[in-house]
Formats: sequence, C-alpha cells, structure tokens
Amino acid sequence: MQDEPTPSELIQAVADFLRAEIAPQISGHAAFKLRVSLNALDLVLRQLALESDSDAVETADLSTLLGLHGSLAELNRALADRIATGEADLQTPGLADHLWKTTLAKLAVDQPNYAAYKRELERK
Amino acid sequence: MAATIEQQLERCVRSWCPGATGVSDAARLSGGASQETWSFEIAHPDGNIGAILRRAPSGYGAAPSRAAGLAAEAVLMRLAHDAGIPSPRVLHVLEPGDELGIGFIMQRVEGETIPRKILRDETFAAARPKLARQLGEILAGIHGLPLPQLPELRRMTAASEIAELARDYRGFNWPRPVFELALRWLSDHDPGPSARVTLVHGDFRHGNLIIGPDGVRAVLDWELAHLGDPMEDLGWVCVNSWRFGEIDKPVGGLGTREELFAGYESARGDRVDPERVKFWEVMGTLRWGVMCCGMMQRFRDGPEHSVERAMIGRRSSETEIDLLRLLAPRGT
Repeated sequence: MQDEPTPSELIQAVADFLRAEIAPQISGHAAFKLRVSLNALDLVLRQLALESDSDAVETADLSTLLGLHGSLAELNRALADRIATGEADLQTPGLADHLWKTTLAKLAVDQPNYAAYKRELERK
Repeated sequence: MAATIEQQLERCVRSWCPGATGVSDAARLSGGASQETWSFEIAHPDGNIGAILRRAPSGYGAAPSRAAGLAAEAVLMRLAHDAGIPSPRVLHVLEPGDELGIGFIMQRVEGETIPRKILRDETFAAARPKLARQLGEILAGIHGLPLPQLPELRRMTAASEIAELARDYRGFNWPRPVFELALRWLSDHDPGPSARVTLVHGDFRHGNLIIGPDGVRAVLDWELAHLGDPMEDLGWVCVNSWRFGEIDKPVGGLGTREELFAGYESARGDRVDPERVKFWEVMGTLRWGVMCCGMMQRFRDGPEHSVERAMIGRRSSETEIDLLRLLAPRGT
C-alpha cells in the first residue's frame, strides 16, 4: 500500500502552483502551452476520480450485452467486431443505450464543457 | 535561425520583386516538421509588402499520401484568385535556385482565423449573419473551376474515403464501437459515385478561412484538395467540431444549412443534394475523430511529442458523441 498524499492530491497541488504562480509570469506560446498542460492535469484528475466506477459499470454492461466474460478491452473488441460484421446494430436491444452511456462517461473525463455533451446531459 | 532564413528570403525576393530592398521580421507561424509557414516583410520603396512563405524544407520533399503537394497548392490558389474566389495572391513559386525547399510565397491577407473570435467578437457582428451564405457562394466558385486547368490531383469517391478511414482506424488497434457503427453506417448509406465530379477543397472550415468585418477574405490550405463529390465540402463545413460551441448553427457556428445551400445554388445554379451533404457530414465527423487519434499516435511515436498533440487525442470522444447524435439520436 502506497502512502499519502494520493496521486490526485499531488496533481492538484502541482496544478494549483502552476496556475497561481507560473501562469501570471509567462506569455505567448509558453502561456498557451501552460494552459494546455493545465487542461491535461485537470483531465487526469477527472479520470482518477471517475474511471474505476465507469469501467466497472461498462464491463458489467458489456458482459450482459454480449453474453461474454473478459477484460474491458477484450469485451470492447468483441463489441467492435460484432458491429463491424453487422452481427450487432442499432436494432440490437441495449446497444444504443450502451453506446450512449459509455460515450457520456468518456466526455465526463475528456471534455465536460463540450456543448453537445452539455446538451445531452440536459435530457437526463 | 531567423537570420539565416531572412538572408535566404532576401536573395530569393530580389530575384522576382523589382525594387525590393530587403526582408525583415521573419517569424515562424506554425506547422509540423514536414511543413513550415513563415511570415515576413518585403521592404519596397512603394511600401512594404506583407508576405507568407509556405514550404517543405529541403529533405522533406515527400508529401504525405493525402497531400496535394505545395506545387499543386500554388496552382490552385492562383486559379482561385483569378476566378475571383477570395484567395491570397501567389507572388512566387520556389525554384531549386532559391535553396528554400519546395513551396511558394504569397501575399499576406489581414484578418482573423481564430473561430472563437470570429463567432463572438463585436468586430465580426455585422459579417456573421452573412457568412453561411457567403461560404456557399465561395464553394460554388471552387467547384466551378474548370477541370482541364487543374493540377494532377487524387480522385476520391465515398467508397475510397470509407476504405481509407477504416484502414487508418484499424491501424490504431484500439476498439471504438462508435467508430465501427459509423463505418458500418457509411458503407450502408454510400450514395455511389457522384454524377458531377469537381475540384473539392477538402478542408474548408474555420482555421483555413481568413475573415474580416467585411466577410471572407481568403481561403487557405489546399493541402487536401482532390477531385470528387462537390457535396463533400458542404458536409465537412457542417461538422459539429467546427461549430465551436454554437451547435445549433451547423455551418461553422455561423448559420443554417439552408443559407449555405441558398448561397451555393444562387452562385452557380447547381442543385444541392441534402442527403449527400448529410452523408459527408457523418464521414467528416468520423474523419476528424480518426485524425484526432492519428495525432495521438504521432505524439506517442515521437516526431511531435507535445502536450497539445497528446490532448487532441482526447478530443476523439467529442466526435463519438457527435456521431451518436447524428446516427442514434435520443428521444427528446
């Protein structure tokens, strides 16, 4: 068992330092790159917070949908193959819901401010 | 490095620009390892000329398989300019004696390319409502350029583009059920070869359009130009990725498809096929998703190991939600 602080706490501390103390000191291309870097750290923080739960749900849903057991990567490959061959399509019960759920879970980590994502959240 | 390129540019400029007395303010604008864009000033007694150099440096002559090549780009820009399409004037096509690599020098066009400014700044408020229509008019002009005058370009069909996207996606070896769904949809809805084959710009969207308070001033970046279905350009400019948050205005966040189509039909008289446009919008959405994955790959493989490229990889999920909104919309 690793000690504290947690990875999230460490990343947050680094992000806070860069934002508060470095960002005001730089400009131009370096400032742009710092903004992108801070976005990357924020993304990692969201992934650390959300990934284990969303992966568990996705794995369970895929097992039900496909009638198979395996790792998340194996199950996703199996689903991709079935869609490619036409064995599964939007008429397959549960498929559209599954794709929506997993895609929304990706956006929650990758780009929670993406306008199309925010629009879809309003539907819930 | 800047001093060296200024000296090279000065020697080059003196060879074709009578009266030019020098070159200054050379600044690298953007581009990857294989292609560079430089801005510089040509000093001239009649007034300085703002200029842009677009080049592949020596040793990077081989264009990626999809690129038309810089020589073809220069020809296309000249044709577009002469046909009255907003386009920078090409001043000089590089020759071996210039020792600047392959490429061309064009006149700099002042204006804005940054989408968020174009979509939100007061400066463009008067132009915005007219832009969707104007984009249609410009595309009609591009598609009307006479085929016999065009340089050698790739001929693409829906089927060949689907095959290319499928190959690229499978090369990443990372399962994406939504991309599979889109590939399948595209194959099932392939409208077949277009009856009308024209020049297709191939990357007609924000970032490649210089816009001023008066409207579009220049169409840039003909790197992906090819021959094919003219509806492809209309679909690509409607891809959600180019709306930058203004998701209810399909044409680059500026206006409606109807305005785009009306501008297109008024300028040329050729009918728009909305079904084909929709097909190409789906294709374009998937294409941008695959391109995002490709940038991640380039980041990982090394040549462009930057955090920007890495983060673009995480934008491919944006195209997945856009594809689902197109192909499997949820009930309201």
